[in-house]
Amino acid sequence: MFDNLADRFEEIFTRIRGKGRLSEAEVDSVLREIRVALIEADVNVGVVRSFVERVRESTVGEELRRSLSPAQHVIKAVNGELTRVLGGDHLKITYASRPPTVVLMAGLQGVGKTTAAAKLALWFRHQGRNPLLVGADLQRPAAVEQLRVLGVQAGVPVFSVDGDPVKTALSGTEEARRIGRDVVIVDTAGRLSIDQELMDEVRHISETISPNYTFLVVDAMIGQDAVNSAKVFNETLALDGIILTKLDGDARGGAALSVRHVVGKPISFVSTGEKLADFDLFYPDRMANRILGMGDVLTLIEQAERTLDKEVAEKGAKKLKGGKFDLEDFLEQMQQVKKMGPLKGVLSMLPGIPKEIRNADINEGELVKVEAIISSMTKAERANPDMIDGSRRIRIARGAGTTTNAVGTLLKQFKDMQKMMRSMGMGGPSPTKRSANRANGKKRKRR
Amino acid sequence: MMTLTVIAIVLLVLLASTIYVVARGHAKRLTSSGPSAMTRAFEEIVSREPADPGESAVEVLPAADMRRGVGRARSAFRKLFSTMLSGSAVNQRLWDDLEETLLLSDLGMELTSWVIDGAKKQVEAANSVDGTTLAEAVRQQLRSLFVDSDRDLEFSDIAPTVWLIVGVNGVGKTTSIGKLAAMAGADGKRVVLAAADTFRAAAADQLQMWAERTGADIVRSVPGADPSSVVYDSIQRAAARGYDLVIADTAGRLHTKSNLMDELRKLRRTAEREPAHLTEVLLVLDATTGQNGLIQAREFAKAAGITGLVLTKLDGSAKGGIALAAERELGVPIKLVGVGEKVTDLILFSPDEFLDALLEVEDEE
Repeated sequence: MFDNLADRFEEIFTRIRGKGRLSEAEVDSVLREIRVALIEADVNVGVVRSFVERVRESTVGEELRRSLSPAQHVIKAVNGELTRVLGGDHLKITYASRPPTVVLMAGLQGVGKTTAAAKLALWFRHQGRNPLLVGADLQRPAAVEQLRVLGVQAGVPVFSVDGDPVKTALSGTEEARRIGRDVVIVDTAGRLSIDQELMDEVRHISETISPNYTFLVVDAMIGQDAVNSAKVFNETLALDGIILTKLDGDARGGAALSVRHVVGKPISFVSTGEKLADFDLFYPDRMANRILGMGDVLTLIEQAERTLDKEVAEKGAKKLKGGKFDLEDFLEQMQQVKKMGPLKGVLSMLPGIPKEIRNADINEGELVKVEAIISSMTKAERANPDMIDGSRRIRIARGAGTTTNAVGTLLKQFKDMQKMMRSMGMGGPSPTKRSANRANGKKRKRR
Repeated sequence: MMTLTVIAIVLLVLLASTIYVVARGHAKRLTSSGPSAMTRAFEEIVSREPADPGESAVEVLPAADMRRGVGRARSAFRKLFSTMLSGSAVNQRLWDDLEETLLLSDLGMELTSWVIDGAKKQVEAANSVDGTTLAEAVRQQLRSLFVDSDRDLEFSDIAPTVWLIVGVNGVGKTTSIGKLAAMAGADGKRVVLAAADTFRAAAADQLQMWAERTGADIVRSVPGADPSSVVYDSIQRAAARGYDLVIADTAGRLHTKSNLMDELRKLRRTAEREPAHLTEVLLVLDATTGQNGLIQAREFAKAAGITGLVLTKLDGSAKGGIALAAERELGVPIKLVGVGEKVTDLILFSPDEFLDALLEVEDEE
């Protein structure tokens, strides 16, 4: 859903990532681009304004941390804001101590309330509950038929009586009690937030059945107006959460950000397809990370900030950039990385790592062996591994308590690594300007 | 050996790309295979009495007033324009307010900038700091966004004419068809509705109620039937009975589902075949839709070759700016707007009336 937004952010960040320093003008231009990206994703203009302001404050106001480049700082600030705006934890349903647990669905016309009601019913069934669907949309022609058909598909009974929606909703909850259903989901007619009469009606329904949960169903494709209608619904019904529908389209879903932010109610469920089972709880934290396409990189940055020695990291990066990265540096960097905790943990936080590597069985003991081998080398050997001949190899192996084979393997791998770095434009003798920049930026971050 | 390689790569990644490698397309796309015939098949629908047959004889009511329809959308513009017209000087604040108002109407960043840049040039050229000049410039800019095109619904000289109604889920296709049928009926046309939304539960029932209300005939099939066959049958019936117009309802489909867009292509081909004369493919857009509306319009235009836009739910607080963006990009005019729930609340669109309603200052409603 938010993939487009993620792509936009990535474009923006890629451009600044290589920069060691950001001028105020550059920060401004980045913020402008972030603003456009958010607006094009349908995030409400007001929300965008405060979002950008807060990012600006936290990048300009706070003294830039020694350990992070300004670019990283911007990215971190954006992520922080995004997580804040999306909200923290996912919904945990508390069932009524005296069943049934009553759920009320409300929303504008055409957002997918009826379908969402059926999907929610199926979801409750999968939680081991026995829901009852109540069709209180007596407005739209054939809405109750639609619910009945969906009810059959979901394996959930549907209750409805002609006449008054308030009475229908009430008798629905009574019916649930009578036939022993422990969850009641009341589908209501779509209504415009400016239609006072219909808003009063849904308020009346709510007061009559006192729902345990009231969900506003919101179409993921909605634009700027999302916050206005959500506000009115929230004032009328005291919402508990949002159900976001039609996420299988390519809408950028910015309305979700806005609604959460303006109304202060979390997105509880998302509907992601035409099948009834395409429906699940929403996990805000994961979504924020997905928007930035960053894996758990922020945690990693924080960890790096805490544990890494800036000078050592910078020295290593400088060498890397100059193409003079040797075994001595390798050893130093390895010791740094080890400080960040188990390799597997560090690895899992990095985005863009192939699954095979992520899931590979990493033996931390191997690191100790590598350390021992390099430690057994002389300074000259570390600086120039090519000088290590057969007899030196035997000496090193003996010193490290391993075989000459292991020493040879390490040397070969180190060579391959240098080659790889060169091909990535990191350690080559004459890196292009651009790759030099990149290496520089990356190096900083590594600190 | 393997583990050493892994470590080397790990270190390499950490050292070289260090901490930030932002994975492209990291987020797994939420893919969803299209519904199979199996899932599309569902229980026979129990027919229900139509809710209110009282309206079945269509009264010819005066078209709803655009001004009332545009409703809430006006307030923000009106406030802005009254500031401009009250003789306030053109300052940065005013430009900012203008930008925000345009963005809030879902016009999108690009067109908003275009309108503002153009207005700025006009104001500079006029060498004026007067808000009235700005107000006029903005109006002109907005007016020039609309294409110069005939907005009438087209009938073929030879019956039956076919109109195909398309759009994503929940935009109000079926309701719009009901209103269109009333409109055409009031015009003396004999109409048959093709219930080619054979997917959504009870869609055909919903359309049937509209047929009863408007006195139109209807052709429907069983749930899950091939929608093209429904359109075909409707055309045959129209030809046999001498009807003037076939209005075909189609299932709501997200433009991202290629199998459903293919289905739409087939529908179009069916609707074009003799004896039918397809004159309109109307894309229904919900006025609350954000920037995604533009993508919808593009994709539907590609698959079905749309001839006009129907902007629904304009009586809410949304402003429908995205329809304007779609009109401009595709050169396809907004032909109709839905401004209320009554059967007569679908009105022919006119850019000037729309701008009058949107920007008019004095009126107190």
